[in-house]
Formats: sequence, C-alpha cells, structure tokens
Amino acid sequence: MKSQEKDSRFHGNLYNYILGIADNSLILAQRLGELCGHGPSLETDIAITNISLDLLGQTRSYYQYAAKLAGEDKTEDDIAFLRIEREYKNVLLVEQPNTHFGHVMARQFLFDVYHLMLMERLQNSQDETLVAIAKKGIKEVSYHKRFSSDWVKRLGDGTDESNQKMQEAINDLWRYTDELFDETEADKAMIDEGIGIAVSEMKETYYEKVSEILEEATLEIPERKYFTRGGKKGVHTEHMGYILADLQYMQRTYPNMTW
Amino acid sequence: MENNKKNWPLWEIFVRSKNGLEHRHFGSLHAADAEMAMENARDVYTRRNEGVSIWVVESKNITASNPKDNGEMFEPAQDKIYRHPTFYDLPDDVKHM
Amino acid sequence: MSNKEIKNLEEIFEARIARDEKIEPKDWMPEKYRKTHIRQISQHAHSEIVGMLPEGNWITRAPSLRRKAALLAKVQDEAGHGLYLYSACETLGISREEMYEQLHSGKAKYSSIFNYPSVTWADMGAIGWLVDGAAIINQVPLCNTSFGPYARAMVRVCKEESFHQRQGYEIMLTLCNGTDEQKEMAQDALNRWWWPSLMMFGPTDDESTHTEQSMKWKLKRKTNDELRQQFIDQTVPQADILGLTIPDPDMKFNEETGHYDFGEIDWDEFWQVVKGHGPCNKERMKARVDAWEEGEWVRDAAMAHAEKKAKRKVAKAS
Repeated sequence: MKSQEKDSRFHGNLYNYILGIADNSLILAQRLGELCGHGPSLETDIAITNISLDLLGQTRSYYQYAAKLAGEDKTEDDIAFLRIEREYKNVLLVEQPNTHFGHVMARQFLFDVYHLMLMERLQNSQDETLVAIAKKGIKEVSYHKRFSSDWVKRLGDGTDESNQKMQEAINDLWRYTDELFDETEADKAMIDEGIGIAVSEMKETYYEKVSEILEEATLEIPERKYFTRGGKKGVHTEHMGYILADLQYMQRTYPNMTW
Repeated sequence: MENNKKNWPLWEIFVRSKNGLEHRHFGSLHAADAEMAMENARDVYTRRNEGVSIWVVESKNITASNPKDNGEMFEPAQDKIYRHPTFYDLPDDVKHM
Repeated sequence: MSNKEIKNLEEIFEARIARDEKIEPKDWMPEKYRKTHIRQISQHAHSEIVGMLPEGNWITRAPSLRRKAALLAKVQDEAGHGLYLYSACETLGISREEMYEQLHSGKAKYSSIFNYPSVTWADMGAIGWLVDGAAIINQVPLCNTSFGPYARAMVRVCKEESFHQRQGYEIMLTLCNGTDEQKEMAQDALNRWWWPSLMMFGPTDDESTHTEQSMKWKLKRKTNDELRQQFIDQTVPQADILGLTIPDPDMKFNEETGHYDFGEIDWDEFWQVVKGHGPCNKERMKARVDAWEEGEWVRDAAMAHAEKKAKRKVAKAS
C-alpha cells in the first residue's frame, strides 16, 4: 500500500474513533440539557447541569481535534450539527429518553461506570491529545459516577415506590449495555495502533462493578440475555431523529451562518 | 406513611477558598443526608472554582447566641481596652514593639 | 408586650437601619418588616426559577456548542440564584416548601417578563441584554439592603450575573453582524422584549404602593421611574451600536434634561399579565408544578434512604 493511502486510512479511522467516543458525550449532554429547570429539586437541577456541562466540554475537545484531522476548515460545530443520523456513532443507551428521574439516573449510572473505565484506559493511549482529554475528563467522570451511583442506591433503597421505579428503569435500559463493548472497524484499527481501547475486554469488569452497586441498592440484576445494539454503526432508536431535530434546528434552518 | 411528609432538611455550607484561609460560611442548601449535602455544596457553591475544602453542618445542629442577650454577652468586652495594644503609651523611638 | 414597648422597639429598629446597621435573622423586627421581606425575597426567588423556563426552552436548540454551554451555565446560575434567595428567605421562618406552595397556588407573584414566550434564538440575546440588564439595575442597590441575608445573597448574585448580560449582548452583536435574516431576527426580538422590559421596573411612581416604606428599609434606593429612566438611558446607545431601532417612535434624546424621552407604556397589558393572563402564565406555572409533583417520589425516597442509613449506622454502633 502506498504510504499516502495508508496515512489517509489512518486518519479516517482515528477520526471515526474519536467520534465514537465524542458522540456519546454530545447526545448525553443534550438529553441532560432537556432537564434544566424540571428536576425534583433546585439542588439536583444544578448538579445535573454540571454533568451536562462537563460532557459538553469533553465533546468540544474531541470535536476540535477531529476537525483538525479532517482539515478543509471543518469546525467543531460542523461535526456536531451537520451530519445525518446514520453518521452519529453514539451508543443507543445515551439517546434513551428522560422518562422519569429513575431513568435519568439509571442511564447516567450505566454509562458512567463504562465511561470511567474508558477514561482510565485512555490515559495510556499512544495519542497525546486523547491522553490530555482523558486526564482532564477522568476527574469529571469520577464525580459523575459517584453522583449517579449514590442516586441509584438512594432510589433503590428508599421507598417501595422508588425501588419499583428504579428497577423498572434498570430493566428498561439494561438491554442497551452490551453494545458499549462492541468494537467497530475504526476501534479495531486504533487498538492495533495502540491508540484505541479494547473495550470488549472491559465487559466482565463492567458487569461486576455495576452489579455491586445494584446489589447495594437492593435492586435485582437483570439477566444478560437479550440485547439491542446498532448505535455504534449509526443505526439508532426512533428517539434519535427527534434529538437531532432539536439539536440541528438552527443550523439546518439557517445554513452557513455564524452564531 | 409518616416518612413521606418529611422535607429535605437545611444544611449550612462552609468553604475554604484556598489553603491557608479558614472555612467561611457560604450559604445554605437542602439535602436528605450528609453525602448529598456535600455533593450539592460542591455543585452549588464551588462551580466557579471557589473552594478547596467543604464542611457541611445540618442547620439544626448549630447553637446560636440570642440577640436579646447581646448586652450581657458582648457589651462587657467593649471597655476592656487594656486588651488592645493601643492602650499602652510608649515613646515613638521604641522600635519593634 | 405592650403597645408602648413595641413602639419603642420599632423606633430603635428604624434608627438602626437609618444608621446603616444590618438586621440579622434572629434580631427583633417588626412583623411588617418580616412579612414585606418574605414577600419580596420569595418573589425574587420565584422570578429566578420561573426565569429558567423561557431560556431553558432553547438549550437543546442552541446553534453552536459554545452557545449551548454558555446558555446552560446561565440557566444553571438562575437555579443557583433562586437557591441563594430561598435560603435567605428561610431565615425569616418560612420553609422552601411553603414558598413553593405559595407560588404554585398563585398566591405569590414572580416577575411578569417570564410570561412572554421565547420564540427565536434572538430571544436568548434579547433576554440576556434587556431582561438581565433591567434586573441588574434593580438588583445592584439591593447589595446594600438592610436585611443581612438578602444583602449577602445579592452580592453573590450580582457577582455571578455579570456574565449574563454580556452573553446576551454578544448574541445580539453576532446576529447584527450577520446576514439580513439574522439582523431581522434580532430586531424582531428587540421589538417584542423592549416594552415588557420597561415594565419590569413596575408601575409609575404615583401608582406604586410600597415605595416609601421600601425606601426606608433600603429595599429600594431609587423609585421605579428613576430606575426605568436609568435603564433607557444606558440601553439606547447600546441599541445604536447594534444598529437596531428601539420600537418607540417617541424615543428622543432631550438636551434639556439629559435623558431620553419615551412613549407611553401599555399599562393595560402590564396588569393583564400580572393578573395571570399573559401569553405563558399557565404554561410557566404548569412546568413548575409538574417538576415539583413529578419529583415528589424522588425527594421522599432520598429522605427514606437517609433515615434507613442513619438507623443502620446506629444499629452497627450498638
């Protein structure tokens, strides 16, 4: 293979690898942003907004890096707002709706445990920029995990009603967890380069960690039997279109303008 | 259920802005327990990088002096001027004192 | 206490305030002082949290990531400011739940401006520029108000709010430097938010009932009309820089007074919105009530968990 061709393939894979991580942060931040002003207490509103802002900050760092790789004057906003649905690579878990506060915390918790493990490993990547983002992000994500784990325990242990609601949320979202550990073509290429993280190897530890908290929360651990996947390949649930309709509204209605 | 009627109690939040300074009262917030009070304090009162250490105390655990007693509590200290260095007359040429 | 004793205490109390001493929560205070402060501080707190809604409406649709982050941070600050103010009010012996109850039942008021809809992105600019601009003028003097907890809360609020107005003005500036469509959007937002912003200073001085007492207690330093004039005088030149037109044909600089003359405010509209018939009163209240009711099981669960945990700790220790 000519070296130029090899270079461009490397860049393409790195670009896609970055989006695979960044899109999760973007879509989860967007979901949490819907809640601002509608939470169960002012204190929780403020806390959840902080998480959303952390994720948004991470998203921007990743997209700025990806934009640089893409060249052609691409910006973070082009990447965030101007792709079609099939080009967003976030996992299905993060696009699930804010059905009730139990779902919000269950989604956060199931993602945070994974996210923290990923950040820990990403600090040893061969890619300096990703290492820098991970080093900053890991402190934020550690706090997210602490916050969401505490709430899972609170709601699981709290009242009969909250236990039921939390269990329902965990059961609803459980089927989206296995996808977290899928490796795409870009992932595999980047793992070979020492840049990407072999997420498939995190799977068993992940379920152990999650189970530990769920047990403490007096919640039942669902069976690992039926799973739904697709987000990493750009095949999303029906919710995604509505998320993008909001997200992209301004950029699509008023193309090529500065805001 | 009686439990359901209870609202999150009030907590007082003290923040050390940087090492070397004392904790200062920053304000209050509501939380169900100490852990939540700590997390809420972090999110509410240090989101602009205002602190390096937080104390949370449930408000009901604070005993406050009563302003009605201010006379006997604080006024007797007002005339004990000999506790202050300016009480003592020394010539100006005495240095380092 | 006899009437004479109370009168004596009141005189001492008023003298303290006149000397610029602060009143703290446990100090003796006239019942009217307590009630007036509960009303004003809780109304102020309610305005902050209802004020989250028109802007929160645009978080998911912000046109760039930078704008999205700034808007989120701003709406979050409003939650924080509501929290500081509710806490200050609680020192007067009313609980946050009671204040919510007053808000939800319609007994307590909040700033009417938030009953107008935010319909375009430019409204985020106009709200920051005009609504926060007007709020700052109302709030800065409160940093020196007589009730200590309120004054301290306001110091924090004013400090944090300094970015809010700049955030809004920057949005307007970007729109006005943009395409014709963007500039039109900015002008349209100014047209819709201008008059309601002027109404934020309340009725004219001859109509205003609380002014004299509020002045004495330093809840107010200037009258409604003075503050309104100050807002107009500082905002008109800002509109000029944007190249936007204030939607008031009577707006004109008066060389003699050194102030801008302006047209008649539609007070019928003002009272209609205050009385609950503005474009979004019902929607705003529904959003607050829903959040509170849907959150009940969460708050109860957290309390139940805290109690169980405390019991387990005791059981372990014995």
